[in-house]
Formats: sequence, C-alpha cells, structure tokens
Amino acid sequence: MSETLLELEHVHKVYRTGAFGGGRKRAVRDVSLTVRAGEVVSLIGESGSGKSTLGKMVLGLSRPTEGRILVEGTDVAGIRGFAARKEYYRRVQGVFQDPFSCFNPIFKADRVFEMVRGSYFPEVSDADWRDRVLSALGTVRLDPGNVLNKYPHQLSGGQLQRMLIARALLLDIRLLVADEIISMLDASTRIDVLNLLADLKERGLGILFVTHDLSLGNYVSDTSVILRKGAIAEMGPTTRVFDNPLHPYSRHLLSCVPQLHRTWAEVDADLAANPPEDVTLPTVADGDTSAPLLEAEEGHFVGIDQK
Amino acid sequence: MTLRVKDLKVYYQTLRGDVHALDGVSFDLADGEIMGLAGESGCGKSTLSKSLIRLDSRMRHVGGTVELDGENVPIADDEAMVPLRYHEISLIPQYAMSALNPTRKIGRMINELLRSRGVRPGDVADELRRRLELVGLDPEVLDRFPIELSGGMKQRVVMVISTLLNPSLLIADEVTSALDVSTQRSVAESLVEFRDREYVRSMVFVTHDISLVYQMADTIMVMYAGRVAEKAPARAVIEDPRHPYTRMLVSALPEVGSTVSGGRLEGIPGTPPGLLNPPQGCRFRDRCPMAFDRCAEQPPLVEIEPGHWAACWKTGE
Repeated sequence: MSETLLELEHVHKVYRTGAFGGGRKRAVRDVSLTVRAGEVVSLIGESGSGKSTLGKMVLGLSRPTEGRILVEGTDVAGIRGFAARKEYYRRVQGVFQDPFSCFNPIFKADRVFEMVRGSYFPEVSDADWRDRVLSALGTVRLDPGNVLNKYPHQLSGGQLQRMLIARALLLDIRLLVADEIISMLDASTRIDVLNLLADLKERGLGILFVTHDLSLGNYVSDTSVILRKGAIAEMGPTTRVFDNPLHPYSRHLLSCVPQLHRTWAEVDADLAANPPEDVTLPTVADGDTSAPLLEAEEGHFVGIDQK
Repeated sequence: MTLRVKDLKVYYQTLRGDVHALDGVSFDLADGEIMGLAGESGCGKSTLSKSLIRLDSRMRHVGGTVELDGENVPIADDEAMVPLRYHEISLIPQYAMSALNPTRKIGRMINELLRSRGVRPGDVADELRRRLELVGLDPEVLDRFPIELSGGMKQRVVMVISTLLNPSLLIADEVTSALDVSTQRSVAESLVEFRDREYVRSMVFVTHDISLVYQMADTIMVMYAGRVAEKAPARAVIEDPRHPYTRMLVSALPEVGSTVSGGRLEGIPGTPPGLLNPPQGCRFRDRCPMAFDRCAEQPPLVEIEPGHWAACWKTGE
C-alpha cells in the first residue's frame, strides 16, 4: 500500500450565519478520510453538502472547527507564517471551477507560469525554465505554439484549465485539489481533462476530485465519497459504491442521474424489480454531532441517515 | 406542423464584421414534439432559441423564414412580435433563479406580468394555483419573495409562469444546468408532464447535456458552428448517430459505470472554427477523421431515413 498523503480526522466546520453571527451552520460534520499517493478520491455531493468547504480546508483557505487535517503527517492548522505557507503550497495546489476568472484578462495567460517562477524558482535560468514549462505543457497535452504568448480570451476553457494544471505541475506537488474543474467545459474537451487526471495519478499524485456529477466522479476515481449535509453518507471503492449503493440517499442520487442508454423509467423499473438489500444504518442520539460509519463490506462504509 | 424554420440566418454585428452565428438552419417541429437542442458552447443553440422570440440589438436577421402553425413569424420586426410573445411563443430563461423580480412578492409579480400582456389575472388565478400544485409547490409561494425560495422552487415557479397561457411553442434554455441532479430530474419530468397535459404544444429544450435530453426529448438536434449537423429521434442519435461530429460527441461522454481502466474515452481534438469568417464547406472538416475532398463543398441537410436528418457527404452513401 502506498503512503498516505492526506488524512482527515473527524473534521467539522461550523459557520456563523445570520446578520450578527448568532446562527450556527454545521457545513462539515465528522468527516474522516484518506488520500494515498497515486489515488484519486472523488467527493461527490449536491449543493450544500460541504464538498467545497472540505476542499478549502485542505488548501488551508479556511480552518476546521474541530478535528485535524494532516498532509504528509503535518497538521495544516499548524502551518503559520508566510514562509511555511509558501512551502506548503509547493506541495499542495488547487484548481477551480471557472478557468476564465482565474486569469487576469489584461496580461498574457502564460504570466501564471512566470509568477510561479518569481516566487518559487528565482534561481532557475531562462533556458532551464523554458524547458520545464514546455515539459509541463507536454504533460497536459497542450501545444506550446497554440497557448504561449496569448491572452486568456484567445484560448478556450479547456486550454485555460489545462494551463492551470500545468502551472500546478511546475511545483513539486504531491496533492492536487480539483474543485469542479470540468463543470464549465464542453463535452468534447471534458474527457481530455479527465484523462489528464488519470495520467497524473499514474505519476504518483494524490488527487481530491470534488464534483457534483456522479458519472464524472465515477470515471476517474478509485475511491468515492458521497456527502450529504456535511456528513459522509457512503464511502468505498468506486466500483462497489456505484454497483452496490447501500445508503438510501446514494441510491436515490444514482437513480436521478441521466444515463445515455437507459431512461429513467427503465432505471426505476429495474430498481422496483430488484429491490436492493437492506442495510442497517448507524444512528446517533439527538444533539450528538458525530457521524459514525459502519463497515458493510470490506472497505465499503455507510453513514448516518439525516432527515 | 407547429414550427417550421427554413434556412434561417442570424448574424451578430461586431466592429470587426458579422459573426455568422446561425448560418442556414432548417428544421421542423411537430405538434407535441419535445426537441432537445444540443451542441458545444458557441454552436449557435442559444442564438437560435433567442431568434425565435426576440432578437437583441446586436442580432440581425439576414435571411430565412420561421412559420408557427402556418403563420409567418416576423422575427425581425420587434413590434410585430409583441402579440406573439408569451401568448404563442414563450421562454424559460437560462438563469431562472435571477429572472424573478426580487422586490416583488411572486403573486404580485405574476399579476403585473399578466396585465402587461392584456390578460386579467382573475381569469387565470385558479389555473395558476392548480399548476403550482402540479409541480409540487404550495400556492402560498405566491405570498413569498423570490429570496425565500430554493433554486429548484424558483425554477418551477418560472416554468409555471412561462406556460400559463398555453403557448404553442416553449423555449427552455438550459433550464436544469444550475440544479442538483435530483431536482434536475423532477424539473425535467414536470416539463414532459406539461407537454402531456397540452399546456404547451411543443418545446425546444436547449442543453449541453445530451444524456439529460435523451431522458425527456422525442428528437434531438445537434448543432455545430452555426449549422445543423444532425436531427433524429432521441434513440437514433444515441444508438446510431450518422454525422461524425455526433458520433464523436456521444462517444466522449462518460457514463455511470465507465472508468478509465475499463477503456479510455477520447475527446474531439481541435476547436470549433471562428464564426467571424467561417470556413467554406463543411465546418467540421478540420476536426473530422473522415474528411475527404468533397468536404470543401458544403454538405446539404438530407433526410437519410424517415425523420433522421444529417448534413454529411458520407452519410448519403
């Protein structure tokens, strides 16, 4: 088994809400999971499930209220000071949903590479740096002639998104947080970015893939985590979670996904004809904020049912 | 025949010249038909849906005709379109969440809208309540402000408003793209129900999600770079696409159950051509693996099987 890159231990996040911060909203509830080197873990959930909050906390953009987030053994909350944070981002990077808003429209798009060089590699020579940029672009399968020296509006969303991934690759990253990176892309280019994630995985990167689209989560990931209202509803090897969903919420979610060769009516009829086996879900007392998981089969966990 | 569009050309005027966003689009829409309109961004699908109801100031009608129930639709004449809008042709806008007036309670907003269209709100009040219940909303939403409703609820309110006067043609522009999967399904199913109950005669459902359109549409029309690539019954587009673009597009879609290890899917290399000075001939030529000499000439949209139209030289053989 390869080394553990990211470990979440009973992470909670509580936001203050309301005009005077009087209300409390538990956006993430007792989430524990791990990402190993060379593994893609999908966080799947609808809006308000806490999936993006988790991504933000891993990137150090927000702190967990309770629990610990360990990246290669160090607690992210313990990283303080500019130099330490900068070192952290040498190893952990994020790519986000909207590639168009990640670039400054008045500068050429490849300025993002220069900025990485300015902050992290000032000692590298011009020729050496150029080689590194070309090799990163090669990894994300972009033709340098098409993307260098261009303004962001001259490039497509897929090209910009791949440039952002190339930018992350210029650093010695170990963990990539990919938050909805393909939702804005067209169907014909989406799959290229997904295949790219699979390539990166083979190079030993750990990837936390945050998505709301079940069919996309299923295409690249080794482990799937289905979140609901901040807590884990179901977690396990992707094939098991999709072939044998145990939590009623996961089943409902899967039955709603539009499929290409089966209509909803066929899916419903199928489900009615073969009612899935029942599992006992773990329960918690009222007021208890923990969210225990129950191991239904090896490595396949179900969580509490929240109303 | 509800809608007949013939050789429609709509260009956008820009400082650098005309953008040929719709360049000779022809199709028919039958009574009771739900047509899914699919394609990548920039293929002209939103331009087509806008052209059928209102051209904005940058859009120019260059040629072609639109007929609804046998009558000509004067799409270039903004004034003459007014009586048709909402009564005959109605629209569910792309961002329905922001289409509602935030300063009005929903009931009051609907009444103002109806009066502005010359309808007495009292005449349709009962029907309005009935339809809200049909889509699973409590009629008390009429006394609420839009901010008090969730995204899916707002989407359903807009759906009810848009179809209240039983239009002949409903244009639904990306209505489910901003919704969660489970809400998406219920909204899509309500739209089909509206058609079944004949609240709307026929529908153009614009989306970039082909698997969603397959769930609810009778036919699918795929557009590419301002032209129709293929139009066919939904099952035929998915199971037996004939145009190379449709084939590549359908095979690039990951499904529940497909994984990288189970065989990689391939995207379509290249990007669609710019429409400022569109290339001659078939516009998919540069990305098409089957392209040959004849593709320098524009392929016509021909009916290769009953109801199955495609614009490619290779399909005619």
